Amino acid sequence: MGNKQTIFTDEQFEAYQDCTFFTRKEILQLHGRFHELAPHLVPLDYTNQPDVSLPLALIVSMPELKENPFRHRIVEVFSEDGQGNMSFNDFVDMFSALCETAPRELKTIYAFKIYDFNVDNFLCKEDLEKTLNRLTKGELTPEEVNLVCSKAMEEADLDGDSKLSFSDFENMISKAPDFLSTFHLRI
Amino acid sequence: MAHNVNFDLTAQHMEAGLESPVDEEGVHDSFNQLIEDQRQEAFELQELQRELDEEERDSVAYLSSPGREIWRGSQGRGEEGEDEEEGRQLDPLIEERWSSATLKVLSSMPSRTIGRSRGAIISQYYNRTMKLRRRRQSRPSIKDFSRSARPSIRGYGMESDCMETEGVDEEGRKRDHLVNNLQNLSLSDRVRMLRAMPLSVAEKSELRRLADRKGQRSNHSQIPCCSQLKYHIIIALRQSWYSCLSFLHSLQLWQVALKRVSGRFGTGVLSYFLFVKTLLFFNIFLFLVTGLFLALPQAVHPPTLTQGHEAFSGLELLTGGGYFSDSVMYYGYYSNSTLYKDCRVTSSSMDQQPSPSVSRRTMEADCGVKLSYSMPLAYFFTIGVAFFITCIILVYSMSKSFGQSFRIDKSHGILAMKVFCSWDFKVIKKTSVKLRSENICTQLRELLEETNRKHVQKTVCQRIGRVLVHVLAWFICIGSTVACVLALYYFSEYMHKDLQYRSRIPTKDPLLKEASLLALPVVVSLINLLLPGLFNATAWMEEYDSPSVNTYVAISRNLMLKVSVLVVLCFHWLGRIASDPHSIGLQCWESFVGQELYRFLLMDFIFTILDTFFGEFLWRLFSQRVLKRKRKPVFDISRNVLELIYGQTLAWLGVLFTPLLPAVQIIKLLLLFYMKQTSVMMNCQSPRKPYRASQMSTIFITLLCCPSFLGAAVCVSYTMWSIRPSESCGPFRSLSTMFQSGKLWVKELETHNPNLAWLAWVHSYIVENPLFLFLAAGIFLIVIYFNTQVVDGQRKIISLLQEQIENEGEDKKFLITRLQAIHQQKRPLSPRRLTSQDSNS
Repeated sequence: MGNKQTIFTDEQFEAYQDCTFFTRKEILQLHGRFHELAPHLVPLDYTNQPDVSLPLALIVSMPELKENPFRHRIVEVFSEDGQGNMSFNDFVDMFSALCETAPRELKTIYAFKIYDFNVDNFLCKEDLEKTLNRLTKGELTPEEVNLVCSKAMEEADLDGDSKLSFSDFENMISKAPDFLSTFHLRI
Repeated sequence: MAHNVNFDLTAQHMEAGLESPVDEEGVHDSFNQLIEDQRQEAFELQELQRELDEEERDSVAYLSSPGREIWRGSQGRGEEGEDEEEGRQLDPLIEERWSSATLKVLSSMPSRTIGRSRGAIISQYYNRTMKLRRRRQSRPSIKDFSRSARPSIRGYGMESDCMETEGVDEEGRKRDHLVNNLQNLSLSDRVRMLRAMPLSVAEKSELRRLADRKGQRSNHSQIPCCSQLKYHIIIALRQSWYSCLSFLHSLQLWQVALKRVSGRFGTGVLSYFLFVKTLLFFNIFLFLVTGLFLALPQAVHPPTLTQGHEAFSGLELLTGGGYFSDSVMYYGYYSNSTLYKDCRVTSSSMDQQPSPSVSRRTMEADCGVKLSYSMPLAYFFTIGVAFFITCIILVYSMSKSFGQSFRIDKSHGILAMKVFCSWDFKVIKKTSVKLRSENICTQLRELLEETNRKHVQKTVCQRIGRVLVHVLAWFICIGSTVACVLALYYFSEYMHKDLQYRSRIPTKDPLLKEASLLALPVVVSLINLLLPGLFNATAWMEEYDSPSVNTYVAISRNLMLKVSVLVVLCFHWLGRIASDPHSIGLQCWESFVGQELYRFLLMDFIFTILDTFFGEFLWRLFSQRVLKRKRKPVFDISRNVLELIYGQTLAWLGVLFTPLLPAVQIIKLLLLFYMKQTSVMMNCQSPRKPYRASQMSTIFITLLCCPSFLGAAVCVSYTMWSIRPSESCGPFRSLSTMFQSGKLWVKELETHNPNLAWLAWVHSYIVENPLFLFLAAGIFLIVIYFNTQVVDGQRKIISLLQEQIENEGEDKKFLITRLQAIHQQKRPLSPRRLTSQDSNS
């Protein structure tokens, strides 16, 4: 118990509680998970905010992400440098956006970023293809992928520029009530 | 007239009507600058529009319609007029290389900048805090919004666009503003805003720190000490709230188990287990209330029993009779007297009761002389209050669930949704992930086929055949249900006669008599087990197009069966047994009905166990070992949930007669959770069909509320109001109805304490007068009517907004094309443009 108290100061806890959707206990739990990934790198004491970040390969090996087809994108999106090197703050960010209580808007923004493979702020055909291939593990033939992509694009694209901007994406997501419950990682 | 109308009017309209690209600058005002930059182009655009209008002066029929129509009309005419150019522009919009200015405008459109850079996010949230503050400060402003003809969500951001139009150090300034705004918000709003920002934690905590610091500084300088006190109190409250939250979190049940289930099966199967959890909480609540206010006081003051306890034989666990019959479990055990004690003694036992609101009602609080606990009154009010609170919780969760899952369903956009929203991020097991992607694959293929097929017209014969199959299936289902219900009716009558017969002749074997009571529950549970199988078979024969229709049909058939079975049973209990209890030698029919409900609940549980064992475990072994199939059985979520609802209905029905029935239900649910969890993990595979989890859980919570809870509540209140309770047992003996206990108490109160005469008056006029009841019901109905109207209106607004979004997409397309055209005009080098210009002039 005494050990637990020294990981974060009370102020840090408050800041985390105000800025994320987690309680004190969950933050400790998250820290435990983060520490578990690389016990020799991550210090137990976070009171002086050490600048430690773990590489993508380590984060991706978590059981929650291991089998996720979008794991690399998720980690890249939430890492500060965009390369997948995650500090503890980024780690908390990731689970906060993907937790149950996060609002639809926040989830939509991050989902958009995750599906935007080439980071051009649009979901273009290339992104769609990549998403599809990851989703189906490459089971669809290239023609089918092509067909699905063009149809989906046709359906969701409102302004006819053959790529999905964020508002197109948001509009589409708003029609899918299950999105809120499926875009969710349990810690 | 014709020539000056179109574009100018629309420009005004844009500003006033809050519904075109201009008002998006409220969201992101960097667009403003660009608008300024492009003012030149815009002017030219108007010019161009004028020219166009002059060209087509003859087709002015649209002019009489208001602004928007004109706008759309002008667009149509524009396209009409230069269709060759338009055709070239709109179509190859994609391939054509855009000029850099167009690209610039495009890229800075708010729809495309959201979430791109930190600056954009900060300014967006700055605007949002402004909105919140303003709405908080001046309520009437909402009126202005509602006055606008067409509601626009974006309109809320409108007012802030004039705030900042120019700026050098955009981000820094914005951040300062944001911090300022944040600290002006209330604490809860600030936290909500911070949490919802798509920024990193570091960024957010920096913002938070700044806001806090500034807030504190201003606090110290300006605000008097009482406000400071308030501030500290708020901080303290917040801290205690956080600790309360983390305590609640540690109470959360089955975290690990739920994670395992969801990691393997995803959201659909998880919703079943969440439903079990919800029911468990309902029962725990009910158990706490009845246990604390009924069972505990009665157990502390046991009544003198006329006959000794029967010996424990073991069969009681199944029948609930015998040894248990004279215990605190059943209605008959409770005394009708007021539990008197000296004040000193009772106060200690009274202190154990935590909630003062109910206990105050249930005890006559004149501690000056004695402290008393009137059992009949406690019984009446506890059951009533428990039902009332359950009802409120149910309705609340129903409305919440509706709010979350209510969307206007449109068939189009389904493929895109499938691509982006079908992945369940919870699934973490390797084999399940594989299975899931295979499923998605087949679903996508099916969808593709469907869109390619484009409605193959079916021949008349095929259609008639289909209709005949549906009719036949419904006929089979309704027929079998009716047959079962009739059989049940006659069987229960037979059992009743049998009981009458047995009661006249003293039997030698009481155990046999006890065991014969189990026949009816067994038959009912058998029906509940077997008929759904038949329904599934008919559904298999029918082949519905969409899986959702299939599910709804299955649910409605199962529901029909369960409701009719319960109706027959209620008639059996309340009509046959309660009306003439002496004919079957019953001293206390309430206890008997309570035992029946206990038996039914238990039988239901036993049959669920059997079903799980045979239907899931053995079937899996059989199909894997004997049939050599690799597939495992699929967990039928909706059937299982309906069974849960049935069990819960029994529990609610039984609370009046068996106050401790919720305890039995709690044990049942706990065991069921672990059993189903192991069974599902061992024997099942995730369902192949897509399951709309949130929609289905909305439907299930509605079913739990509407036929299940309401039916039980109606039965219980009918029993309380108009059935004569037994004369020799229970808290209401010697009364003509249970309801009279309240009346008597009020009268007594009036004689004891004249100051409370108004209470008696209120009681006699409000509770007993049917007019008041009618009035209340009428008001309730009116409220429901208004609510449905509001929902209906919202639905219309949503579809309007959807339409508006689509229209705006069109507008945007149009504007972009125009912009592009103007740029091409300005650059006369392009040979293609030259020709189109020629055609223009």
